Amino acid sequence: MNAATTDKPLLEIERLEVEFDTRRGVVRGLRGVDLVVGRGETLAIVGESGSGKSVTAQAVMGLIDVPGRISGGDIRWKGRSMVSRAGARMARDIRGKEIALVFQDPMTSLNPLITVGAQISEVLRRHLNMTRADADLRVLELLEAVGIPAPPRRARQYPHELSGGMRQRVMIAMAIACEPELLIADEPTTALDVTIQAQVLELLAGLQESLGLSVLLITHDLGVVAGLCSRVAVMYAGQIVETGPAEDVFGRPAHPYTQGLIRSTPRLDDRMERLVAIEGAPPNLLSPPGGCAFRERCPIADTVCEVQPKPAQVEARTDGTVACWHASANAWDMPVRAETGMLRAV
Amino acid sequence: MNVAMPVDLHDARPLAEPLVSVQNISVAYEGARQGFWAKPTSVKALDNVSFDVFPGETLGLVGESGSGKSTTGRAILRRIGVTSGRILFKGQDITTVTGEPLRKLRRHMQIVFQDPYASLNPRMRVLDIIAEPMMVHGLIRKPDEARDEIGEMLRIVGLPKDAVDRYPHAFSGGQRQRIGIARALALKPEFIVADEPVSALDVSVRAQVVNLLQDLQRDLGLTLLFIAHDLSVVRHISHRVAILYAGRVVEIADRDSLYERPMHPYTEALLSAVPVPDPQIQKARKRLVYRGEIPDVSHWPAGCHLHGRCPVATEKCSLEAPQLLEKRPGHFVACWHR
Repeated sequence: MNAATTDKPLLEIERLEVEFDTRRGVVRGLRGVDLVVGRGETLAIVGESGSGKSVTAQAVMGLIDVPGRISGGDIRWKGRSMVSRAGARMARDIRGKEIALVFQDPMTSLNPLITVGAQISEVLRRHLNMTRADADLRVLELLEAVGIPAPPRRARQYPHELSGGMRQRVMIAMAIACEPELLIADEPTTALDVTIQAQVLELLAGLQESLGLSVLLITHDLGVVAGLCSRVAVMYAGQIVETGPAEDVFGRPAHPYTQGLIRSTPRLDDRMERLVAIEGAPPNLLSPPGGCAFRERCPIADTVCEVQPKPAQVEARTDGTVACWHASANAWDMPVRAETGMLRAV
Repeated sequence: MNVAMPVDLHDARPLAEPLVSVQNISVAYEGARQGFWAKPTSVKALDNVSFDVFPGETLGLVGESGSGKSTTGRAILRRIGVTSGRILFKGQDITTVTGEPLRKLRRHMQIVFQDPYASLNPRMRVLDIIAEPMMVHGLIRKPDEARDEIGEMLRIVGLPKDAVDRYPHAFSGGQRQRIGIARALALKPEFIVADEPVSALDVSVRAQVVNLLQDLQRDLGLTLLFIAHDLSVVRHISHRVAILYAGRVVEIADRDSLYERPMHPYTEALLSAVPVPDPQIQKARKRLVYRGEIPDVSHWPAGCHLHGRCPVATEKCSLEAPQLLEKRPGHFVACWHR
């Protein structure tokens, strides 16, 4: 890449908006997302289904296709736009090479009719113009690097002959084949059992360190974030509501949604008498409500929340932002209406 | 070794007769045929599984995929047959009950499914969905006869009364799971098998359903078999926990005893693999990562099923399977070395 741009952060996402045309109208998948991934940084995007975390990853990878479109904002790789017409051509070469992606479900993202060795070798030949023989050798090195035993035998097998954990290792081998600078992992362990998940997370952490990778991890699992990432961005209804160092976001969450999310997650090491349940469900993005999107479910929302809060630095979070008028207030110490409170009368 | 019995103050479980007693059950599924005329092979999914579920308690049943946890739930509900062993319900052997007695039995045992999208018929109104088990069991002839009762049921699970005339598509995942729970409650059963009831739900919604199950259990005196792979949720909701590995129970104990002082090497590895949502704690935790993966059901090793991956395994482990024995009061472990 161009030397003049190396001091820029690796990936910058600015006021990104993505829309999807559906039969019932335009769904606003992303509503102004700002995000920066620095070199060697591990950033997690945390959110529930429909919050827009995967759409963000897809936008970076250029995977937003009809009926979806990027309707506003910009994505910059080392300072250069990937969205503009000129940038789009450059972006095609970057994606898969400098930015690699690991999907959630390794069974549907590997071709069932081609051996795993051939699939990795295809990446090498397409992006690095390697010869078939060189590529085949490199495939064995890569399989070894991701901890697959007996690489020569495994390389000749088809995806269905491998277990889920092995398939995810193959996906990771494919992703690191071109020595990318940024690895986007979209729910990489969600389909795996917990002991296998631990193995794959260990592998990702090891690769991150040995290759100096930046990692953008997309997940709904707060535990996975805690072990792997240094920074966290929390998404809700197509927007980022809170960012900051992992220790701060987990230890002193400032946004009521983040607070609720953490306290509604049962923990292995600490048993709560009762979980905080965030009542209701996320808003429909066909017609997102005005003002703060979390307003309807928030225990401390009041009239100022009818105006959309901007992500801003708050006292408790100098390194990061919070989009809330009542940031840092203790939202869930308020009495929460018990969902089945009337049950006792039955 | 500390032999103090962990006392569960929060739970006043009577140490009565078990409501459900599973005694050495094995289940085999039909496998592939070796040739067109050949008999299908048999694949063992459960191997000598035993445990009791006491009235009013929640027993968490934990295992990774292929460990046989769903098979256990289905065998207890008599949805699949067992190849050996006995299942007792209130002391009565129900292993071979068929016909009318089985239908009557099912009034007392219901199931909540994992996927709230696949387990509700999209063409039926909520009223019809919840009324169906009542009609099957001859309590009512038309859904409208139970309209008030069903409205009450919906209120109990936290849905508005006017939900009765709507169709499943009008509800979110968490609300659908509430409908599934209301359907399971419709016959006022004593025993409910909840097969991964919250794993398809988002974190914030999952907490709503977990709280609901806890409230229902306490207020209606239900007995729950809570099948899940998520050890954190199981710790939260269960009184006792059983761990399955490759078709066998490897450990059963009171919740705190199991989580704080696990004895089986597999339980230790499983607990250490669960990430804790706290960066400082999680980064300092030691994970016990065992080599290899869970053996495929068609290739279980001889002896203890864990022996190929276990750090304390000896030759004995590869020859003979350990029995599930009470090593501490109320704490049962199947391991030669613990």
